[in-house]
Amino acid sequence: MREIRPALIELTIVRVKEFVRETEALFWVFGFPLLMTVALGFAFRDSGPERVPVGIVEGPAAAGQLKALASSPALQPRIYGADEGRAELRRGKISLLVAGTPPVYRFDPARPEARTARLEADDALQIAAGRRSAFEPRDERVEEQGARYVDFLVPGLLGMNLMSTGMWGIGFVVVNARMKKLLKRLVATPMKKSDFLVSHFLSRIVFLILEVGALVAFAWFAFDVRIHGSWLLFSAICFLGATAFAGLGTLVASRVRTIEAVSGLMNLVMVPMWICSGVFFSYERFPRAAIPFIRALPLTAVNDALRAVMNDGLGLAAVAPMLINLSIWTVVSYVVGLKIFRWQ
Amino acid sequence: MEPAISCRGLRKHYPDVKAVDGLDLSVARGECFGLLGPNGAGKTTTIEILEGLTTPDGGAVEILGLNWKDDEREIRERIGISLQETQLADKLTVLETLRLFRSFYRKGPSPEELLRDLTLEEKRDSRVGKLSGGQKQRLAVACALVGKPDILFLDEPTTGLDPQSRLQLWEVVTRFRKRGGTVLLTTHYMDEAERLCDRIGIVDHGHLIALGTPKELIGRLDAPNVIEFTSEPAVDEGAFSDIPGFHAATLRANAWHLQVDSLADAVPPLIVGVEKRGSRLITLTTHAATLEDLFVSLTGRELRDA
Repeated sequence: MREIRPALIELTIVRVKEFVRETEALFWVFGFPLLMTVALGFAFRDSGPERVPVGIVEGPAAAGQLKALASSPALQPRIYGADEGRAELRRGKISLLVAGTPPVYRFDPARPEARTARLEADDALQIAAGRRSAFEPRDERVEEQGARYVDFLVPGLLGMNLMSTGMWGIGFVVVNARMKKLLKRLVATPMKKSDFLVSHFLSRIVFLILEVGALVAFAWFAFDVRIHGSWLLFSAICFLGATAFAGLGTLVASRVRTIEAVSGLMNLVMVPMWICSGVFFSYERFPRAAIPFIRALPLTAVNDALRAVMNDGLGLAAVAPMLINLSIWTVVSYVVGLKIFRWQ
Repeated sequence: MEPAISCRGLRKHYPDVKAVDGLDLSVARGECFGLLGPNGAGKTTTIEILEGLTTPDGGAVEILGLNWKDDEREIRERIGISLQETQLADKLTVLETLRLFRSFYRKGPSPEELLRDLTLEEKRDSRVGKLSGGQKQRLAVACALVGKPDILFLDEPTTGLDPQSRLQLWEVVTRFRKRGGTVLLTTHYMDEAERLCDRIGIVDHGHLIALGTPKELIGRLDAPNVIEFTSEPAVDEGAFSDIPGFHAATLRANAWHLQVDSLADAVPPLIVGVEKRGSRLITLTTHAATLEDLFVSLTGRELRDA
């Protein structure tokens, strides 16, 4: 007979086993974030600046102008009838209308891409007409790691994943056990109640290492997303984020009796953070008055801290406010959650 | 030595029902005591108060001379509980479940020994979700025995089980008692109570309405035999007055239940009497009086549908 292990260890092992045997849960924790990274990474891949559509009014010079404008990498020219061209310009389908020789440029100077189109088109037509450059400049394009959309996205997805697996991983299991009266059965033994909750947290940490590791490794190999700052600090942020969300999950699940009710409550807590906390786009776009509240949310703190360390390579001083934020969320939600926890 | 379980003046009122309403009980060490009653009588509330899972509104409980307020952990180490309809984790195996429960207790048999005692050895690596009802219930009882308890609490241990599984569970309880264990169980099966229990308390509306050994309780019925019959058209009570050894009759769901001294003396005159009144017998059954009949005579209702 193997010796009897301490209850905390046994509870943690059991949690890990139960989770691994739940195939659907495995997909949502590991597969889904990877698929999301792939899909969004490709959708927003930097494929160079887009060409600005411009129009040329038909006439004897139109064919030559079309050839000249097509040689510019910034323009996408097309020939229109005079009235048609004006109509397309008015509708914003094209940014510039070129008419006659010497050409008349018709455009709205209030629109930046119209001004760019005007400069690019003039350049191309002048060169085609024989103008020589005074010198040959060389372009240096900025495509640094840390500045692309995928660099913005990966920390956001990491944060989102920490939140959803943390909250679901605890909330669902606790409510399910309460519904099946398993919680009641457990408190009918001499088990320490704290062991039960700590074991849930420990099993989360086991999976945390795997799920963060998988996403970071994938983002590195597929999109060359790097962690520019300290790995230790990065790990600390993930750990504190996981504790905060485990606490929040415990709080949300502390009294609920049915899976339906806990699902609703989870979404009530998580959906606002998905939208506001800068997972897919910067929360700076929200009204100024809302920003302090958004910054107070735990997911915002995780995302901001991860981006600061991963993309900007910043140190502890820069992310300290976010770490404090997460610590407060952890303490408050565990204290309140345990106080009101319903075992039966 | 103080009793294994004792309570006085137990009360638990819910907004819509007085689940337990002034209940006194004392169970000696080594005794098997059965709480018998229909659904909703207050059996589960009573046993859960004794198990320290429900706080009573009033009254005192002592378990092995200890009380829940001061000695919860000590009591938990020394009692084993099987709740009504607990579902253990489906995704764990039988052995994993037992190892988990074993880890909560200071002492107790090894999970392997328990598997043997409860004839679950073949199922040791099966998932709990794949077990039959009887196997699940044996596992639940194994989880109750895992800390080598002095007292075993079983809340309707055999409800919904097939006859063979019931027998297997009864054997487990009998073996536990042979080792000196005390058992408190609730049931609404008469045969279970008669077979397993030294003493029985009949509960209705949160009160104990009768208390004694199964023999004593059945002895309280005026007559040892019961005749049940239906006829078309129904006869009135006057038809029974000249039956020898007749004691009492109750009419339930169109069937007369007659308490009589001797079946041989009572059945022939009953048949003659019914026919003489122009009625035809539809059904007629007889049995020796049981706790069920006692419950009916005490409350006027049947256990199952009360």
